Amino acid sequence: MHALLLAALALAAIPAASAAYILGAEAALARLPTRPRRALRPWVWLAPALAFVAVFLVYPTVDTIVLSLRDATGAAWVGLANYAYAFQSREALVALRNTLLWLGLFTGLVVAGGLGIAAMVERVRYDAAVRGIVFLPMALSFTAAGVIWKFVYEFRPAGAPQIGLLNAVLAALVHGFEPRAWLVGAPWNTLFLIVVGVWIWTGFAAVVFAAALKAVPAEIVEAARVDGAGEWRVFWQITLPVIGPTTAAVATAMVITALKVFDVVYVMTSGNFDTDVLATRMYHALFVDQHLGRAAALAVILLAATVPVMAANLRRLRGDEAAR
Amino acid sequence: MATRRRTALVLIAVMTLLLVAGGAGGSSAAAKIGGTVSVLGTWGGSELDSFRAMVKPFEDRTGAHVEFQGTRDLSAVLQTRVQGGNPPDVAALPNPGALPSLARSHALKPLGHVLDMVQLSREYPATWLDIGRVGGEPYAIVVKTALKGLVWYDPKALSAEDIRPPSIWADLLALTDRLAGRGKTAWCLGLGSGAASGWPATDWIDMLLLRAAGPAAHDAWVQHKTAWDAPPVKQAWEQFGRIATNPKSVYGGPQGVLATEFNEAPFPMFAKPPHCLFHLQATFIQDFIQKQFSWVRPGTDLAFVLMPRIAPQYAGVAQVAGDVFGMFHDTPQARALMRYLVSAEAQAIWVKRGGALSPNKGVPLDAYPDVLSRRAADLLVHAPAARFGAGDMMPPEMTAAFYKGTLDYVAHPDQLRAILGHLEAVARDAYK
Repeated sequence: MHALLLAALALAAIPAASAAYILGAEAALARLPTRPRRALRPWVWLAPALAFVAVFLVYPTVDTIVLSLRDATGAAWVGLANYAYAFQSREALVALRNTLLWLGLFTGLVVAGGLGIAAMVERVRYDAAVRGIVFLPMALSFTAAGVIWKFVYEFRPAGAPQIGLLNAVLAALVHGFEPRAWLVGAPWNTLFLIVVGVWIWTGFAAVVFAAALKAVPAEIVEAARVDGAGEWRVFWQITLPVIGPTTAAVATAMVITALKVFDVVYVMTSGNFDTDVLATRMYHALFVDQHLGRAAALAVILLAATVPVMAANLRRLRGDEAAR
Repeated sequence: MATRRRTALVLIAVMTLLLVAGGAGGSSAAAKIGGTVSVLGTWGGSELDSFRAMVKPFEDRTGAHVEFQGTRDLSAVLQTRVQGGNPPDVAALPNPGALPSLARSHALKPLGHVLDMVQLSREYPATWLDIGRVGGEPYAIVVKTALKGLVWYDPKALSAEDIRPPSIWADLLALTDRLAGRGKTAWCLGLGSGAASGWPATDWIDMLLLRAAGPAAHDAWVQHKTAWDAPPVKQAWEQFGRIATNPKSVYGGPQGVLATEFNEAPFPMFAKPPHCLFHLQATFIQDFIQKQFSWVRPGTDLAFVLMPRIAPQYAGVAQVAGDVFGMFHDTPQARALMRYLVSAEAQAIWVKRGGALSPNKGVPLDAYPDVLSRRAADLLVHAPAARFGAGDMMPPEMTAAFYKGTLDYVAHPDQLRAILGHLEAVARDAYK
């Protein structure tokens, strides 16, 4: 009841406060002479948004950077000790290595898989159905997918009925196959986790690429064919350059997804057996070790890794707009 | 604008009045305090049903509603809520090792004036009360316990092999080797438990240390007064490794140990023919087994012996676990619930439903539903000494590293020196 009342109040109070701010500020502006009014008005309208950005983005970022230079409880300066931990301790290095694996393999496989499926499906009549099926896993959360794939990778000792799909299929196909605990053996287990991520995101990439492929001008392709270009040549020299911006956009999105991957690892292995990634290591540092400094340092490293990607993305966006 | 604001104020006033009236209507009887008390814990499934049954009489009597939130990642959820300034009223603590820091940061409220400690010291053995004290002041209380370090077996399977459960560890090891010679794995073992994977191994290692070197050595280790590579600790790891890392001794081999969930680990013991004969686990595993195999009759299809002795003088030392409850908001409802949870009346309800032992001496032995739980309760009461599992008593960072270390050990038995060295390094930070 208390919570409901609070929610009702919030629903009423926020629009009321916004309206009060706008009306009040406009009333105040109206009393000013024209020139300062013109100068001030944009800032008056921008102020709430700027305040939000400052409170919810700028302040936490600065605070995280400050915390990353302080000790476990944030009480004293420790210089770069937390960064030394991030680049020297075994567990953090394993997390860094795995995050790099995710960046490379996950991004590469999703882009290649999505593009491949889109390019092949384009040529068949039932393309919508295929794309629909490939897209389906997108509807699942990473957590749900993790649970499902945990069943796929399930291990039973040799001789017992294999209830894990992968072991069961391999045992049926390969004579004398010894079941394996897929999620236990490093470094391959990280690869099996990446497969789950690829399974989810490839459909998304395929749909985006399919739209981009439809936009490739048919006359250029025909002209190339007339000039004697084969399928491969058309794909590499016509299609790929034309859909370049789309590829870059998908790759950027996947890089960001790979950097912040957490759920799949947390659900399937909890970061055990050397499957930690930066995000799960950060969670562990914060909640288990209760070491604010180390957690903050890992967060800053993640942030630093995303900045160049975002910067490239912004520059490209600006380029697109300038070209228009 | 002004009129609109007035309307809003009137609306709030009306809603507040309604709320107060609603509250007053609920507290017609003098004893009823009404309201709600939020509880955070790990329980789900049949355990949650038992908790609900336990608090039902409390809810009926006080009119207070118990709002339970369950999570398997208790440590993180509790930490987040405490740091966010939104702790539950009452919570189970992840383990007693988390108690000191929560008490020192004043997140936990002292219970000295909430519970009748004089009365309680008559009902609870001193060991159980001491678990919840920080600097002499009670901050938490055990409401439900388990007896760990039990070797479970199927009596019929053992007699089919013409074996009797050994009472000496060396005999059990010899038996394990003899069975291995016949191509049979003696043990079932599984370390999987989500974020806490590895804890069953920490119980093994601690139990072996308790049996070989006794409670004093255990205490010194838990408080980090002896190093991780000190001989008694290292030997306990190696004894555990003799079984857990030997594919001939354990069903599924080391990768089976790592890939099997702890609660499913004993199930192959009941396959036809059985894949293993022994399983080391606490009393609560009985509930998991009987839920899985409804035909299992306690006593005839399932039995246990205490972990066999190594050094004779430490034979009966009990390894225990318990759900430790603390109060994070000092409200009348929270106080009433804490007083209720420690009572023999409340604990008898869960005990009767199975899967739990009570720390309260007021719960009679005949409240226990079957011969096994009755025997466990009796062993618990008469143990010459009792210790919480080492993993439960260390600082959280140490515990997590210990869990992980056991997984690394089972995967790479030849790395024991490096693993213990790493744990020693973690300890230097964790015990500051």
